[in-house]
Amino acid sequence: MSIDTLRLTAEDALGLLERKEVSGAELHRAYLKAVAERDHELHCYLRTVEDAQGESVPIALKDVISTKGVETTAGSKILAGYVPVFDATVAARCRDVGLPVIGKTNTDEFAMGSSTENSAYGPSHNPWNPERVPGGSGGGTAAAVSGGLAPWGLGSDTGGSIKQPSALCGNVGLRPTYGTVSRYGVVAFASSLDQVGPVAKNVRDCARLYSIIAGKDAADPTTVDVPTVELPQAESLSGLRIGVPKEMNEAEGIEPGVTAAVQKAIELARELGADVAECELPRSVEYGLACYYLIAPAEASSNLARYDGVRYGLRVDADTYYEMVERTRDAGFGDEPKRRIMLGTYALSAGYYEAYYGQAQKVRTLIAREHAAAFETFDLLVSPTSPTVAFKLGEKAADPLAMYLSDLLTIPSCMAGLPGLNVPCGLSEGLPVGLQLIGPQLSENTLFRAGHALERALEFDPVPERLR
Amino acid sequence: MAITRHEVLHVAKLARLELSEDEIERLTGELGAILEAVSKVSELDLSDVPPTSHPLELVNTLGSADPGEDEPRPSLPLDVAFANAPAREGDLFKVPPTA
Repeated sequence: MSIDTLRLTAEDALGLLERKEVSGAELHRAYLKAVAERDHELHCYLRTVEDAQGESVPIALKDVISTKGVETTAGSKILAGYVPVFDATVAARCRDVGLPVIGKTNTDEFAMGSSTENSAYGPSHNPWNPERVPGGSGGGTAAAVSGGLAPWGLGSDTGGSIKQPSALCGNVGLRPTYGTVSRYGVVAFASSLDQVGPVAKNVRDCARLYSIIAGKDAADPTTVDVPTVELPQAESLSGLRIGVPKEMNEAEGIEPGVTAAVQKAIELARELGADVAECELPRSVEYGLACYYLIAPAEASSNLARYDGVRYGLRVDADTYYEMVERTRDAGFGDEPKRRIMLGTYALSAGYYEAYYGQAQKVRTLIAREHAAAFETFDLLVSPTSPTVAFKLGEKAADPLAMYLSDLLTIPSCMAGLPGLNVPCGLSEGLPVGLQLIGPQLSENTLFRAGHALERALEFDPVPERLR
Repeated sequence: MAITRHEVLHVAKLARLELSEDEIERLTGELGAILEAVSKVSELDLSDVPPTSHPLELVNTLGSADPGEDEPRPSLPLDVAFANAPAREGDLFKVPPTA
């Protein structure tokens, strides 16, 4: 049978498999064929896996997720040729339920970026318009799902790397509550923030994939017990209290087309029975970005110290050990990791620690408290996910600070360890706009319920217009 | 300028990065601009606010209530652990002399 990979959801695929209308191997082949046809234009994959391992729905994995026997580079030259000798827990959980890997998807180097332009292997392109970025860092997975090169996939999110590319490519993406998904075997960026999560074509697929990967893992001591995941059914939002944080919806730099689409979605939520009211997060938005760009680089500078040319990865030979380490790191890291290592090392260095890193940790407390206060009144908070639709390749590449602003609205909740769901809510200039739903810790089921009801009412078509 | 060339060189040493002359110049400008932006955190008086190092309040997650439950498990065989090593000598990672 012919398989329309652009339209097929994971739930559809499970139905076909159950009725034996298609085999897992046939599905896997259909996606590899789509990759062969379209990935020269989109560059979602750094490498594909030709042999289907598993009889269920195929999956794309971001290249920060260790896959035994399959090269894993995190988009960096310093890991070129690195072939993991074990699976990340999330990869093992996908394998355990029979999801064959289609391939490893492109990412900004070490997941540091908002466009995939920081990948050492070249950028990915947005399926809605290949002159535009797919967002980042998980732009490869997001573009693969929206371009019909994967029914679903996994990303990782530190300050917006699942939610923002999902918004820019028109996918449903979940950044789960910190601690619900194991980080074991996932290339570390900032350990108090990193979280793996699902990207899919709709909320039910997203929930289903989350249920596969979530749960306590003895190999990651930061994991917690996770409530049973409920696949959303309801179409009413009756009784749900939704807060609209003023600062997150009126921030400078939000495009008018983005505001219009988000406002429309908020109106729909009201029509579906939700109690909607304005609220405030005054310091979370104003100070969130500064807080993040101290804490994340500080943790990154520590995590990336392991790339020293000794145990794995690139080595540039030299006469002495320290020269070898310094030359290896200069040759292996690209500009963005170097910038963040330098920034983080500075923020942690003697004389500056209290003023930068110490102060940022206190701001983090304020952000968590502000969100906790909002959740005394509301079940969920809503805002745009990204202030803009997908921007042009090259538009922000030369200005790190302009690029950092892409994550203005995704960062605050990440600092507080909160889950966030992106749901596509319309188009502006022919490009997808994402609605961000934020909930308290472990509120994924509420996010799925609200996201599913809104998705039904919004009737967003996730297939890029030019590919229909 | 929020950061001097001298400081950039010092931090590069701490971070074990051998930067090229071009990189030193570019990073001095870029880090200056970024530090100016992130210095915004110092506007707030937070003397009474405790720091947050982690979003979850977890304690003793590695410890077991019953030490008897702490079962040894096999670790990676040496040949597997060395599979990605740039240089190996016997059961050791081989590196150049430290001086």
